[in-house]
Amino acid sequence: MSQVSETTVDRPVNTSHMQVSSTNVAIEVIGMHKWYADFHVLRDINLKVMEGERIVIAGPSGSGKSTLIRCINRLEEHQEGQIIVNGTELTADLKRIDEVRREVGMVFQHFNLFPHLTILQNLTLAPIWVRGIPKAEAEDTAMHYLERVKIPEQALKFPGQLSGGQQQRVAIARSLCMQPRIMLFDEPTSALDPEMVKEVLEVMISLAEDGMTMICVTHEMGFARQVANRVIFMDQGQIIEQNEPEAFFSNPQHERTKLFLSQILH
Amino acid sequence: MTDLAFVRSDLVDAKPPPHRTSGAWAWAQKNLFATPLDTLLTVLGILFLLWVVPPIYNFFIGHAVGPNGTVEECRMETAGACWAYISSEMEFFIYGFYDIPEHWRPNIVFALGALLFIPLLMPKVPFKRTNAVLFLFVYPIVSYYLLAGGVFGLKPMPTEKWGGLLVTLIISVVGITLSFPIGIVLALGRQSKMPVIKTLCIGFIELVRAVPLISVLFMASIMLPLFMPQGMTIDKLLRALVGVTLFTSAYMAEVVRGGLQAIPRGQYEAGASLGLGYWQRMYFIILPQALKHVIPGIVNSFIALFKDTSLVYIVGMKDLLEAVKTKNDTALEWQSANTATTGYLFAAMVFWVFCFGMSRYSIFMERRLNTGYKR
Repeated sequence: MSQVSETTVDRPVNTSHMQVSSTNVAIEVIGMHKWYADFHVLRDINLKVMEGERIVIAGPSGSGKSTLIRCINRLEEHQEGQIIVNGTELTADLKRIDEVRREVGMVFQHFNLFPHLTILQNLTLAPIWVRGIPKAEAEDTAMHYLERVKIPEQALKFPGQLSGGQQQRVAIARSLCMQPRIMLFDEPTSALDPEMVKEVLEVMISLAEDGMTMICVTHEMGFARQVANRVIFMDQGQIIEQNEPEAFFSNPQHERTKLFLSQILH
Repeated sequence: MTDLAFVRSDLVDAKPPPHRTSGAWAWAQKNLFATPLDTLLTVLGILFLLWVVPPIYNFFIGHAVGPNGTVEECRMETAGACWAYISSEMEFFIYGFYDIPEHWRPNIVFALGALLFIPLLMPKVPFKRTNAVLFLFVYPIVSYYLLAGGVFGLKPMPTEKWGGLLVTLIISVVGITLSFPIGIVLALGRQSKMPVIKTLCIGFIELVRAVPLISVLFMASIMLPLFMPQGMTIDKLLRALVGVTLFTSAYMAEVVRGGLQAIPRGQYEAGASLGLGYWQRMYFIILPQALKHVIPGIVNSFIALFKDTSLVYIVGMKDLLEAVKTKNDTALEWQSANTATTGYLFAAMVFWVFCFGMSRYSIFMERRLNTGYKR
């Protein structure tokens, strides 16, 4: 399991936009099961995410956290139950899958930037070819988001020339360029040197402050405390416990949760 | 404070690296005479060169009969290569039996080809898209009518008469430009999730790849007519083109598949998560990287194809090598001890020049496409 750290960001988090007042459902997962061949990875997952919610999913490795969020944009297929994203149910229908993916951004543990394209090309590829936005406009948007993640000066470099933290910020900007309604983060800081974790968390916090709907699989418990409005704990492919961060950390209910927290929080 | 504690008070500035010993003598000492064994090997190597180089030089240049020489000189006991034979038969080697007064037609095709193809290879020349369209779609049609004739008052020239380097170049250029995209499609098909497409692609690749090119050409020349309506014949050149293209496509597919497998799954997923469709993902993300990885393999296949064109004599085409062989056997007026050898050497040199050119160009492309992301 990757290291667990408690990096916190020193500035106060502006929570004015972070109240979840929306009654619109962003994601609904109902009785979902998934198998890898004979192995039952996800068992009876039920989850309702409202617009503007910021959810952190924690749990030991192999507990199915990543698989769960990868099901939400159908990078993994589920075999039973329903997943409804922005009112569209995910089925084998490729058209619907692309429809959902357009509105759901994803940030990966290993960044997955396109190494043969410049940073700017990485950011404009999907807006131009998926959304049909003119190149000049797509580049303006891309520069806007690069400024937002504080690396506009890297626009013409290739991903291989950037540090891990910079690459991950580019990856976040690349997702934002599609102006998604939901952002999924799959252990975004686990592959980073400790010095770079903070710069990525800063960007994620500022996204949360703007009211973005976020689901983050992460071991950053400091981030969970500061930003999440709900923490979900998974083990053996099941949701074991979920609660508000304060209550989750100070008063875990399930034995498994207690054990997990005792191991990661010293 | 213990002895273990240490705090650096001032940081060390970067300084230039130490001087390297240079000069020819230092280089020779390091590379040629470092140990007694090295010295011995160096001496042996020099002796070997002294033994081998002079006869080669004498055959090719020293005692060779120049392009303006006569057959009598070629027949002399001491004569080396008979370049006079090559220069006198050059037209046949380039055009085959193509009517001599009509040679301007292939010449225009050669010139147009160079004019369109060379800028296409140079990354800095603009208008790539127009250039590619002209080369891939307009040029073949123009060339075909120019060479075959029968329109605009051009004398008809059946493909049986085409020959020499002309045929070698036609087959290799057409084979390369067609087998590359077909190979890519086959490689993608082989990875497809659709069972019918997957099976068809695997079947084709494994069948064609496991059969010698000669038998593919035999099949093309014997089997194809069987499927055609009675009385309808397929042009020999077309048969050769189909055979060579399909054969190389199968190899190309496997080379490209190797490249596809080197692309991490994350690249597919990143493309998918941005909402890019299958073909967009392949075209913008996967193939540019995959093909870059396998440039050496791709060029390997191209070079193999270029040399394999000499097998089209099977279907009765006279490519460069076959043209040389024909002249070697029939040009009685040029008979001498070294005539045939010189002919084959000439063919080998032409093949080498083209293949070496492809190889150098591929190295140039590899360097150019290296965006410094190797970790």
